[in-house]
Amino acid sequence: MNEKIGMVVIVLGLAFDFFGCVGLIRFPDVYNRLQASAKCVTLGTCGILLGLFLFKGFSGAGIKALLCMVFILLTAPVSAHALARAAYRSGVKPWGGTVVDHYGEDLENIK
Amino acid sequence: MMKKAFLFMLWYLVWCLLAWPPSMQHMIIGIFVASFVSLMTNDMFSGKPLDTRLNPARYMWFLYYVAVFAWECFKANIDVAYRVLHPDLPIKPGTIRVKTSLKSDAGLTFLANSVTLTPGTTSVDIDRDKGLIYIHMLYISDSYDKDSMKLKVVDKFEKILRRIFE
Repeated sequence: MNEKIGMVVIVLGLAFDFFGCVGLIRFPDVYNRLQASAKCVTLGTCGILLGLFLFKGFSGAGIKALLCMVFILLTAPVSAHALARAAYRSGVKPWGGTVVDHYGEDLENIK
Repeated sequence: MMKKAFLFMLWYLVWCLLAWPPSMQHMIIGIFVASFVSLMTNDMFSGKPLDTRLNPARYMWFLYYVAVFAWECFKANIDVAYRVLHPDLPIKPGTIRVKTSLKSDAGLTFLANSVTLTPGTTSVDIDRDKGLIYIHMLYISDSYDKDSMKLKVVDKFEKILRRIFE
């Protein structure tokens, strides 16, 4: 039973990883691409690891998979944030269809 | 001292989980590794002393936060997947300012990280003096109020995080 659920979770995780990659290609600029990769890849990879945990249970590999999930959830958003901030500060312009750009307006004041 | 002991316990637990299943050899090496790492990371965890936080209500709120966060994270993924797969690519991106009243390091870190993993938003920068977070949004909708600089998702997380960290 656990193995069947694990299989479903792994397939879902792979699907989200795939959507993240499609977003990486389709979205127009750095910031939108970061959105796609930071979110979909986090949940996708966590899904694959959770599936592995369901397969293995509380054995060596299963517990390591759980630990990896925690680490990914803690580090993925931090790296996405750092990339977005660095891109802005080194002068990468947002896409032409951007509606508002408060950060760009305030950038001079918060340096 | 209290902090060092707590860090040691934490890293020792992580070590034991990494070296699962437990054996005498790993446990003994773990004592050395955990004490070394807790000495190294001691300075990184400055801030309020731990004993003011040993309050069960905070931990209950933290569990509630994890539940809310997991649900929002799942919704975020459905949302992004929809926008990625839609043939017209329905996005209306931009960066916005959002006011926050959180002050502590841990509170702000958790807020920024949860914002990054929730629907259509990524935190870009924080201006601590003015209490502003700059957020990149995939689709700017009515949930953002321009005049009061409030975003619904942020408000929701802020209410919970204030009870945990402030």
